[in-house]
Amino acid sequence: MKYREKATVLSCEEIGTGIFSLRLGAEQIASSASPGQFVSVYSRDSARLLPRPISVCEADAEHGILRLVFRIAGKGTREFSRCREGDQLDLAGPLGNGFDLSVAQGKRVFVIGGGIGIPPMLGTAKCLAARGQNVTAVLGYRDERFLADEFPCRTVIATEDGSCGTRGNVLDAIREAQLDADVIFACGPTPMLRAIRQYSMDRRILCWLSMEEKMACGIGACLSCVCRSTDIDAHSQVRNKRVCTEGPVFLATEIEL
Amino acid sequence: MTHNMSVDICGVKLKNPVMTASGTFGSGAEFSEFFDLNRLGAVVTKGVASVPWAGNPVPRICETPSGMLNAIGLQNPGFEVFAHRDLKFLSETLLPDADPAGSGLEDIAYADAGNAAEAGANAAAGNPANGGIGTKVVVNVCGHSEEEYIDCVEKLAQEPRADLLEINISCPNVREGGIAFGTDPKGVERITAAIRKAARQPVIMKLSPNVTSIAEIARAAEAGGADAVSLINTLTGMKIDVERRTFALANRTGGLSGPAIHPVAVRMVYECAHAVRIPVIGMGGIQTAEDALEMILAGACAVSVGTASFHDQTAVLSVIDGIADYLQRHRVPDIRDLVGCL
Repeated sequence: MKYREKATVLSCEEIGTGIFSLRLGAEQIASSASPGQFVSVYSRDSARLLPRPISVCEADAEHGILRLVFRIAGKGTREFSRCREGDQLDLAGPLGNGFDLSVAQGKRVFVIGGGIGIPPMLGTAKCLAARGQNVTAVLGYRDERFLADEFPCRTVIATEDGSCGTRGNVLDAIREAQLDADVIFACGPTPMLRAIRQYSMDRRILCWLSMEEKMACGIGACLSCVCRSTDIDAHSQVRNKRVCTEGPVFLATEIEL
Repeated sequence: MTHNMSVDICGVKLKNPVMTASGTFGSGAEFSEFFDLNRLGAVVTKGVASVPWAGNPVPRICETPSGMLNAIGLQNPGFEVFAHRDLKFLSETLLPDADPAGSGLEDIAYADAGNAAEAGANAAAGNPANGGIGTKVVVNVCGHSEEEYIDCVEKLAQEPRADLLEINISCPNVREGGIAFGTDPKGVERITAAIRKAARQPVIMKLSPNVTSIAEIARAAEAGGADAVSLINTLTGMKIDVERRTFALANRTGGLSGPAIHPVAVRMVYECAHAVRIPVIGMGGIQTAEDALEMILAGACAVSVGTASFHDQTAVLSVIDGIADYLQRHRVPDIRDLVGCL
């Protein structure tokens, strides 16, 4: 069930340079969102027509609180970053499929996040940890860290400039710490996802990747946000899966990157 | 007070003059999670071709001030899947006309009842409150060649749920598939005549604004036997990402839609309404009832709401309710009294 909901801003905090953590009172969406899903956030300026798709960092169903962590990427996200307690924001959600945590039952899991792909992996790691799963978080940053301290599990870090953890990318960190897993859940920039996809296929590790693409409707009608699938899919018939609907989470082997 | 909201497009009765715009609404399934499609005058489906089309590479869209550019490239699953999935969904979802001779009277007080069960009960009982008119289906058709258009139109002749056909001869994003057919008056007349001959349903030709004189194109469609024209399709545009020094869209150019194009659309609807006798359906940047009424006053018999649905899933309902409210406020007994009165 998707909801259009007027959310109330509870807090908006800058947790890194240009990176904001927004806590919203959004009862309907918070009570039905699962890790890896996203919401459409609508601008209050009518000249900005299209919603911004932002992943759910955490959803607290009990208290009806949704946490979004995003980077300022343009005018829309800049507007959201200026929210103050008590402001209202229009949302639609929860959207997309999210990570299917049941596939990780009893298995060793890597939760891998790169840059602004890290926020959805926090909620995912917390849900897995709450189920008593063996989870290792692998987080990749350019330089400045954010959210890393909040992961409730073993966390290894890679930074491009070597200022923290392994110098290099998330796969370098995995190799350096000699880690192994049976299942991977990942979100981050395309080059990172491409490398993780190859890594998982080489090692025959079950791997799910959360994708990003420019969206308009966010609900599967406009066909803006497609990604190439390996097989002919039921909806498009032309190997174009909708990131907003069939995704954003895909099995690494079902898409081309 | 009871106002008439219903209009007649080429012999097909619409319960109200508001439709969705092709390409912005899929075939309605996605939006049916947000409201009851039975409130619409008509659902206009995303363009379908006789075979599946892959569309353009991504990025396919970008935002512009008060608008957006798209270059989806008419991706569609082809006629077979469209008929078995999309038309089936619409037949199961949309209630038929309760009374084929539908009185066309819509009680304004009923207008906010978005409850499918209630609407179903009323329709079954032939309740005159909603005029007994069911929501209609307009199937938008695209093709790479005259033969492809005709193939699709002939297949649609067998589909009882397709009430009207809208022929896209104006997509700016595929080279053969649209605009190639829509910019030359002689070509428009010829393809209209060929399609008209093959079609069972009334034919609406959807026109491109990317021409010197859209009125001339409308006259050509009329001469070819079109039952109606709809306009405008998107205006060709381009956006450049200066930070990355690339085109914002993989296709380089795209079609501009949204409130930014509304004044252009109103002008073109006005010109076409004065150029032809067949009905003109107006679209282009309609967000509110006021925007829709501008089109109607300029000569549109019906309107389509497109890009606004991306900002607000229920925008089309606000337009319907706003028109009903306008009729009441201005004591206009019949929406048809407003068509082209400027």
